[in-house]
Parts: sequence; C-alpha cells; structure tokens
Amino acid sequence: MSSSSATTNNQSSNAAITFRTAQKLGLLEEEFERIKEILGRVPNFTELSIFSVMWSEHCSYKNSIVWLKTLPKDSPRMLAKAGEENAGLVDIGGGLACSFKIESHNHPSALEPYQGAATGVGGINRDIFTMGARPIAQLNSLRFGNPDLERTKWLVRGVVKGIGDYGNAFGVPTVGGELYFDDCYQVNPLVNAFSAGIVEVDKVARATSYGVGNPVYIVGSATGKDGIHGATFASEDIGAHSAAKLPAVQVGDPFQEKLLLEATLEAIATGYVIGIQDMGAAGIICSTSEMSAKGEHGMTIWLDKVPTRQADMLPWEILLSESQERMLVVIDKGHEQEIKAIFDKWDLNCALIGEVTNTERLHFYMHGELVADVPADDLVLGGGAPVYHREYKEPAYTAEVAAFNPSKVPQPDYASVANHLLTHPNIASRRWVARQYDSMVGTGTLTTNKPSDAGVVMVKGTNKAIAICVDCNGRYVHANPEKGTAIAVAEAARNVVCSGGTPIAITNNLNFGNPYNPEVYWQFVSAIKGMTTACLKFGTPVTGGNVSFYNQSNDGGAVFPTPTIGMLGLLDNAANHTGLAFAQPDDLIYLLGPSTDDIGSSQYVYSYLGIKLSTAPYLDLDIEWNVQQVVSNSIKSGYIQSAHDVSDGGLLVTLAESAMPKDLGFSIQTNPDVRKDAFLFGEGQSRVVVSVSPGQKAEFERYLVQEANIPWAKLGVVTKGPAYVVDGQELINNSIKDAYDTVLEKLFG
Amino acid sequence: MAKFGVVVFPGSNCDEDMVLALRSVAPEAEGHQVIKLWHKDHDLQGVDVVILPGGFSYGDYLRSGAIARFSPIMTEVINFANKGGHVMGVCNGFQILAEAGLVPGALLHNTGRSFICRNVNVTATTTNSPFSAEAVPGQAYTIPIAHGEGRFFINADGLKSLQDNDQIIYQYCDATGQVTDDANPNGSVYNIAGVSNKAGNVFGMMPHPERAASALLGNTDGFVVLKGLLMGVGV
Repeated sequence: MSSSSATTNNQSSNAAITFRTAQKLGLLEEEFERIKEILGRVPNFTELSIFSVMWSEHCSYKNSIVWLKTLPKDSPRMLAKAGEENAGLVDIGGGLACSFKIESHNHPSALEPYQGAATGVGGINRDIFTMGARPIAQLNSLRFGNPDLERTKWLVRGVVKGIGDYGNAFGVPTVGGELYFDDCYQVNPLVNAFSAGIVEVDKVARATSYGVGNPVYIVGSATGKDGIHGATFASEDIGAHSAAKLPAVQVGDPFQEKLLLEATLEAIATGYVIGIQDMGAAGIICSTSEMSAKGEHGMTIWLDKVPTRQADMLPWEILLSESQERMLVVIDKGHEQEIKAIFDKWDLNCALIGEVTNTERLHFYMHGELVADVPADDLVLGGGAPVYHREYKEPAYTAEVAAFNPSKVPQPDYASVANHLLTHPNIASRRWVARQYDSMVGTGTLTTNKPSDAGVVMVKGTNKAIAICVDCNGRYVHANPEKGTAIAVAEAARNVVCSGGTPIAITNNLNFGNPYNPEVYWQFVSAIKGMTTACLKFGTPVTGGNVSFYNQSNDGGAVFPTPTIGMLGLLDNAANHTGLAFAQPDDLIYLLGPSTDDIGSSQYVYSYLGIKLSTAPYLDLDIEWNVQQVVSNSIKSGYIQSAHDVSDGGLLVTLAESAMPKDLGFSIQTNPDVRKDAFLFGEGQSRVVVSVSPGQKAEFERYLVQEANIPWAKLGVVTKGPAYVVDGQELINNSIKDAYDTVLEKLFG
Repeated sequence: MAKFGVVVFPGSNCDEDMVLALRSVAPEAEGHQVIKLWHKDHDLQGVDVVILPGGFSYGDYLRSGAIARFSPIMTEVINFANKGGHVMGVCNGFQILAEAGLVPGALLHNTGRSFICRNVNVTATTTNSPFSAEAVPGQAYTIPIAHGEGRFFINADGLKSLQDNDQIIYQYCDATGQVTDDANPNGSVYNIAGVSNKAGNVFGMMPHPERAASALLGNTDGFVVLKGLLMGVGV
C-alpha cells in the first residue's frame, strides 16, 4: 500500500522537511538519507519524529548493540533472551519464572528529581507486569555529587521521596539498593530502578502482535503532552538548555499504576491477550512498532481515538507522548467484551484505537487522514534501526592509575581511618533512606528482621525465595573498566551467596558518558568484556537491561563509568537465608578468602588519603568462585551463624557492620605478613567474614582443612562489646554506631 | 467460627497480606472464613468482622482515606458498625475510620514529614477491648509501621474523653514497655497507636499486625491483635 502523496501533504510543517529539520530532532545526515531511502520519498514531520525517537540511542541501542550482542545470554534457565521481551525471564522451578530488569531514569531525575525517580519506578514495574508477572520486590541504585552541596541535597531528597511515594503506594516492597556520592555525578546523578516479579511459566504474556483484524486497544491513563521526545532527551548531553526540556519529564500516578497492574494481570489471565507492551520511552510509536515487528504484522491506528488529556494534540504529539501508566494491548478478536469488563471494573480507560493488518507497516490516521505510513521493522532494534561501530581508545588517565605505588603510602592512624570510613556517606548506614521505603508490604521480605548482603523475598506459595542486589563501584570501573566491571558481577554474586542463595542471572544498567567520545567508548567496550568474563565464570547470563549514555555535563566531563549489575539469585529453601549480623558473644570469626597487600581504589585511599587515581582492587575470579562455593556449602551444612562480604571500606567496616545490629563487639588479630592498612581497610575482593558457634568449630575447621581449596584465617571472637579490639587494643567501640546510623539523616533529614 | 471480610479498595495493597495473616489465626480447617469485600459492592456477605486494610485506597492524593469513606461498601460498613458490628482498620484502614468518624481523632502527617517504615514497639493500654484482650499488660510487642500520615491527633478534651472511656488501646513504647517520648515514632498525641470508638466495637491502629504474623519472617507479635480479635469478638 503506497500512500506517499497523501502523507507528504498532510501537515503544515511538511512544507520544507530538510536535513536541518532532521538535525533538530537529533538525527544524523546519514540517518536522514536512510529514512528517505526506506520511505522512497521525503518523510513528513510526523514520520520524521517517529524515526528520530525510534532511532534514538534510548530505543535503538545503535551505539551499543554491537557490543551488547557479545554478552553471554544462555543458560538452561532462560525463558526469554535479552531484548526479546520487556524484561528477562528466568525459570525458577516449580512451574514459576522470575521476570526482572533494571532501568535508568538519570536525565529526568537531574531536572525534576521527584517525578524523574517516581516515573522510573513506575516504568520498570510496568516492564515486569506487562509480561504477566506480579512484582514482588524492588531495588534502586543511586549516585549523586557532593552531599554537602544544596543542589545535591535537593536531588537526594527529591529522588528518595519520589521512589518512596511511588513504590509505597504501588505496594511492592523496596528491599535494598545502593547509594554513592562522588563529585563526578554532580551535574548528572544516576537513578536506576530494579524490579522483580513472579509469573507462572505458562501464563507469560508476550510483546507481540499478529492475527489480521485483531483489535488494538490502549488502556490506562489518558495521553497528554508530557514526556514528548523524552527518549531523544535521554540520548544527549545535559547542558544549560536542558531545563527548557522540562516537558520531556513525565509525571507519575502510582494509583493508576496499581489499577493497571491488577487489570493487566486479570486480562492476561483470560488467555485472550495476543500481545501487550507498556508505553515507556517513545510511547505509542514504540509499542506499535516493536510489537508489530516482533509479530511480523502491521497495524492501522486511529490516533483520534486515543483518549487525551489535552485538546488539539497533534498526531506526532500523540505518537511520541510518554504519559505514564498506559499499555497497548492486542486482543483475540471476539473477546473484546471480556477484556473491556476487566478495565471497567478497575475504572480504567480501554479504548479501541486500531487493528492488526498484514502489511508489516504502521498506518496512522487522524480524523480519517493518513498522517504517517512507515514500515514497522525498519524502526526497531534488530530491524532497520542503524547500527554503529564506534571508535575507541584507551584514555591517558589510565597511565596515572598504573603509576600508583602503594609502597609510598605510610601506615596511618588506624582509629582515625576507622572513624573516617564508618562515618563516610558512602559507607555509613542507609537507614535514613531505607526507612522512607516500604520494605515489608507483601509480607514476604525475609531481610526486614534478618538483614543480609542481598534482599531476600519469599516466593509466596512455595518454600523458595529470591535474593536480589544491585552492585557497582564506579571508582573501580573508572580505574580499570574491565576489572572493575568483573568486580561488580563478582560482588553481586557474593552478596547473593552470603545471603544463602545461588546466583542465576543478571540484568545490567550501563551508565556511561557520550559514546562519540572514543575514551568513553573504550570504557564501555572494556566494561562489556569484563562483564562477559565474570558472567561466564558465575554462570549468570545477561537477561537484558538498559544502556544510558550521555551521562555527563557539557563542561564537567563524563561520570565514572557505572555499569550497575542487578543480580537475581534463588534460594530453593528459604530456610537457608543467612544474615550478616553476629549472633552472640563467643562465636568465632573467620575470614574466608585471600588477604593481600592491596589498597588500590579503596575508600581509604580515595577519601582518607585523597589519592584520586589508583589501581582497581585485587580480583582473581577462580579464587572468587571457590570462596563463594565454600560459603554456600557452609550455609547449607549449617556451619555458620552469619556471612557478610568484605566490600566498601574493607574488613574493619565489615566486622563493625556485623557487630552493630545486636550491639556486640569483637576481638581480632591481623596477619603480620600483610600490610596492616590493607588488611583492615583494603578492598581486595573475594573475602567473606563468617561467624561460627563454638559447637560447630571443629566440624567447620575440618571442612575448611579437608575440602575447601581457599585461603582462610581464624580472625578472632565475637564479644559482648562494646570494644572493637584489633591486636589486643581497642581501636574504636560500639559508640560509633550512633554516628554511623545518623550520617545521612544529618545531611539530608 | 468467625467470618472475616477484608475490604478491597482499588488502591489497597495490604489486603492480601491481611487475608493470609487472618487465615493463619483463623484457619478454614477450623470452620473460619476469610473473604474479600469489593469497594463497589453494598453486600457485607454476612461477615462477623470487617477489616479495612492498609494501602492507598483511592490514591490518597487528598487526605488519606478522605475519599474512601464515601465508597459504596463504606455505607454498609458504617451501618454495620453503628449496629455494634466489629470493625478493625489498620493504617490506611484506620485513616478511613477516622475520616468516617467511626473512631475519634485524626491522622496527620508524621512530625518528620517523611514516610516511615520500621519496626516499633507498642503496649496495650487496656485489655478491656477485644482488640487487646490477649495482650499482657506492660509488655512490649514489636509491630511495624509504614505510613506518611500516622500522627494521631486529638484535642485535650478529646484525649480526656478517650482516657475516661478506656478507648486508648495501644501506645507506642520502648523495648521494655515504657511509654516514652523517644519511643513515639510520628509525634502522635499521648503516643497513641490504636484507639477504639466509645462502644468499643470499632478499632483503628497504625502499626501493621499482619506484618508481624509469621515465624518465617521472624516476628509473630502481631498475633496478639489478630488472635485477640478472633477470641474477643465472641463468635
């Protein structure tokens, strides 16, 4: 069906569509030429807008897909591979699957922290329930600039409140997350939201469309002018002009989302839903094109039938609007009434806006007039969307990293370092944030009364639980992107293992600077390589995720490369859940894993000593794997009372965090063969602190000696406190707990 | 044998948690029933006890519970309560009861202005209520709160009336059961965590007993409220 004459004359703005128009919409010259080739004519403004959002980085992954394809995607548990569906889908046994994903809302949150973060939470949850899965747990990963600055405080308060207000009302517990501060995030904070849901394997809904004549419905909220060109906005640097893009930030309504959740799950359960996709980035055009391309069909859509919030919306505005809490649903013809009744029950819009055709093209009409005619497949990733190989080169700063010489660092005042670390905003208690999130709704959260390294949530109706965490230390990745990213995967896996789970898959949120900068792209490529190596080691395929480029300011350079890893782990028996807290005095404390002289990129070196560039911490993936197996076996054999991994701040912080929950103390010996600052504060990887009751000591040590092929040490004992004793002397004591607990509320409360 | 009805408003999100917790204290195997009641209905289906669960009833963009009180089911709940039927509201359910005038007082924004989710301790101020009949006087029970608008407010005359009529059922306390200012998480008048109406058949509390009703989750202190309810309603 050709309609070029109709479509080129339908809008006043068509008068002179030139490359200049395309450029204003963020398209490159080669892309404009390609669009003309695909259509066989000059696009009209509506069509040009369609291509500009669908070919934006946010939707097309055009600058990243070449490398994303190299990530490991296979495992016997995978039910949907990366990019196939709205979120990853992993078999967890018993006829159930877990759908999980992480997504960024960095740029909206930089301008309007409350709505930016809130709609990030809304968007990621829609990705989960559009697959038929009921979300059961959420996490978030946040990065901000200097916590002492007023702008940072405004951002932190707004983002935390936005996440809380949306997630709390929506009714899915937020069970953990990450929060770091560094000057590199001053202009461009990172706000990544993660959600996981459970679905019966045979009730999974797909983002597809087929069956000529099947009706196409839009359900949920009405469409307004908010968020137009949000996807394009996410695909450029933040600069002085960005505040003018405020209408590109969407507004969230968690109550509508809750209704949409219940109605969507009821609709999918009828079996009459052919395909369904939420409206995220690029709104209607994204859903119609991706579903049609997947199902190898076309659609006719009548844009004037779309319920709108404002009068006189133009066709391209309706197509590109990123109004929240909407879904596109293709229904098996003849069952419209059953589906409509469900949306009526929940008082939601359910409007017929089109039908499936056999053309493999999208025909958009407004009041009977054809306003756009585009081939679906040419718009989407994996179809005709552009794919670029970007050049990359190692940045100069890595030479400075390599020049770091720890032997020139003298031994510090250990008590002073301990105080610095335990009251540092990157390490101190997250209590001020955590209490603003409902972590208990759903009555499945095992980590409320027994905190552990990962959040652990029951799969209701079974003995299983999922263990989830988000991890990335951008400082490590900046120092060495390949190794730093491998560390992020290793630490996430370690957190799952210490909680009693088995790592099974990851999702990733790749936050980087401008991909057209070869040094930034080198960081990206290196990170992908490191992630690949580590994921292969742990058998955790990448189920999907999100790429967020352009995280930088026009004047301040790029953020630390921050490839946040969202790890999904499984506890086949929730009784294996293991906490991080020491249980009682006289229990023995062991360190599993290697003690090294490494202090590189530690919080100690970075902020206490003020050395901004140093090598990434020690990591040996084989040793890491072995340590995790020993921890896992020790939990399953019932040897240990607690397990807590050594991460930010090093061993002393780990011990303190294990001692604080029950107001206990400890007495440990350092290793004379290891430099003492590295032993206490180094962030070398693959270490776990476990505690063992005296009655289990013999069995546990027998196991370590005879079966565990890892370095280990008996560190000391848990005491009734309050002193934290190192080598016979009180270093600090439990009175630090109050300072540790209140750092964030003093800054932001 | 008791039949419990848990009201589902469109934005309720603790309804399922409440149903599961009630079923654990009132199992079907023993002849009890726990059903859900839909906000658009006018039929209470013969329940003995109505529970208004936590959540955000109709979004709560106005005041929490301000719209829910006008829903069809609430017309019936109000009639039921006025005839002496037992009604319990938890969190948003408490807010709805207060908006409907079924219990005295109002729930205002927490003094800190922030949403607070954490374990707190409560102690029974009286055991002359079916909602606290199982409690040991002076003992602290750990039951979590999760709310932004949970600061119980009533004027001095109202407070005196509550005291005179033994309507203060639970108060926030420390781990040893002492009712102290430090133990007050949200600025509630007189540390009030739960109150009843004058007749004693309608009760609202901000803490969530259904979140403290599972050995697996490491806390069963909420049973003191739920079991008391089962015993105390005398059905």
